[in-house]
Amino acid sequence: MSGRPTALHSKHKEAGARMMDFAGWDMPVQYAGILQEHRAVRSAAGVFDISHMGEFFVRGPQAGEWLSRVLAGKVPAIGVGEARYAILLNEAGGVIDDLYVYRIREMDYLLVVNASKISEDAACLRGRLTGEVTFEDASDLYSAVAVQGPLAPGIFRKCFGRDLPPSRNRVLELTRGGEELWIATTGYTGEPGFEVICKNPEVSSLWDALTTAGCVPCGLGARDVLRLEMGYPLNGNDLSPERTPLEAGLGFFIDFTGPDFVGKSALLAQKENGIPSKLCGIVVDGKSPPMRPHYPVWMDGTQVGETASGGLSPTLGTAIAMAYLPTSVAIPGTKIEIDVRGNRIPARVVKKPFIQTKL
Amino acid sequence: MNIPEDLKYADSHEWIRVEGDTAIVGISDHAQAELTDIVFAEPPKPGTQVHAGQVAAVVESVKAASDIYAPVSGEVIESNSALNDSPALLNTDPYGEGWIFKMRLSDPSELDALKDAAAYGEHIAR
Repeated sequence: MSGRPTALHSKHKEAGARMMDFAGWDMPVQYAGILQEHRAVRSAAGVFDISHMGEFFVRGPQAGEWLSRVLAGKVPAIGVGEARYAILLNEAGGVIDDLYVYRIREMDYLLVVNASKISEDAACLRGRLTGEVTFEDASDLYSAVAVQGPLAPGIFRKCFGRDLPPSRNRVLELTRGGEELWIATTGYTGEPGFEVICKNPEVSSLWDALTTAGCVPCGLGARDVLRLEMGYPLNGNDLSPERTPLEAGLGFFIDFTGPDFVGKSALLAQKENGIPSKLCGIVVDGKSPPMRPHYPVWMDGTQVGETASGGLSPTLGTAIAMAYLPTSVAIPGTKIEIDVRGNRIPARVVKKPFIQTKL
Repeated sequence: MNIPEDLKYADSHEWIRVEGDTAIVGISDHAQAELTDIVFAEPPKPGTQVHAGQVAAVVESVKAASDIYAPVSGEVIESNSALNDSPALLNTDPYGEGWIFKMRLSDPSELDALKDAAAYGEHIAR
């Protein structure tokens, strides 16, 4: 075993998972097959182990106010029992990490961050601490699973004996077997569903209940394809400290009218001076190899960028990718070429998401 | 795991079926299982010179691209055009419809360096 096991490691082995190292964790890349798991999420329900992700608690009378100054997002708009996507920026407006903020109680917030960035995010946030705010990195104590797919509401009813909140971005605290856990109607696949965050010892019985209720175990391979079809960025591929959220197309998630936050002045300056590049969707029409990261992107005999994420969309049956392209090129319909092992494959810029889901 | 007795195998999981001075090349059942759902195949074009142990083809799963090596040296005389439309043949019938290319051997003595079914079985069990 190369990486750290999650509390579900033995469940993955029992289910015949193929494991891989991901951000220092030994994670399932697939069970029955990526295509089959992708289909399960788009047409039924899949369950993912996301215990490798980090959990931070931010508490105190000034927790909300502090978060709205250290994160780019609509933090002041988050009511108790609600969740929002947010971004941790450096002073230059570059992306350190993207994350979810859950307001679990009046003065208590839960942050869920990418596995590869736990220590960097924690160090950064600790360094920005001010006022009556406590910060706790509880990543080692908590596990999490994501249930995604059109059948997720029924699965929830079977497992928890109540209805899933019909709205997205809701979080509720429940007790199961005497232990508290959080249910959030969030996810990263474009399908309805929920995520459960619980203490490590609780997660095995939860996994059993969810799979017994009909969830198909899904690995990181399917997760990557599902999020790419939605045009959702993956930090490390599509987000970086050298790119701003405006370039990444995440401006919608940021509140420029509220308090000043780290990186705000840099973002406003970029708005003023013009956004140099944009993270574009790219589609190949017809048969081609799947796209992969770092393939050169060409237009009219000049290299204009390289792919950030890429793959094959099982839904479309064609290769798709995302790439930062100069704003002049980043227009849906623009014809470009992708260099795959020396062959220039014709492609075009498209609007994201690549596919329409019911969400 | 299916390892037909009448084939020779490379450590890099290609099989070769020799018929006189020509041969058919594909990937083993073990290889297709490891590669998982194959969604694209790029066999070498006829006329290509391939060299033992060097990259001759590329197959791609949803997750990653993988190189396929020539078990022996020679000239490609035919590539399996059925893989264009049905790359999954590599998964479903790796020793039959999922063959990758036919070649003319330039040095049949290179075959001696390949494994028989028993030795290949031990190789993948390790």
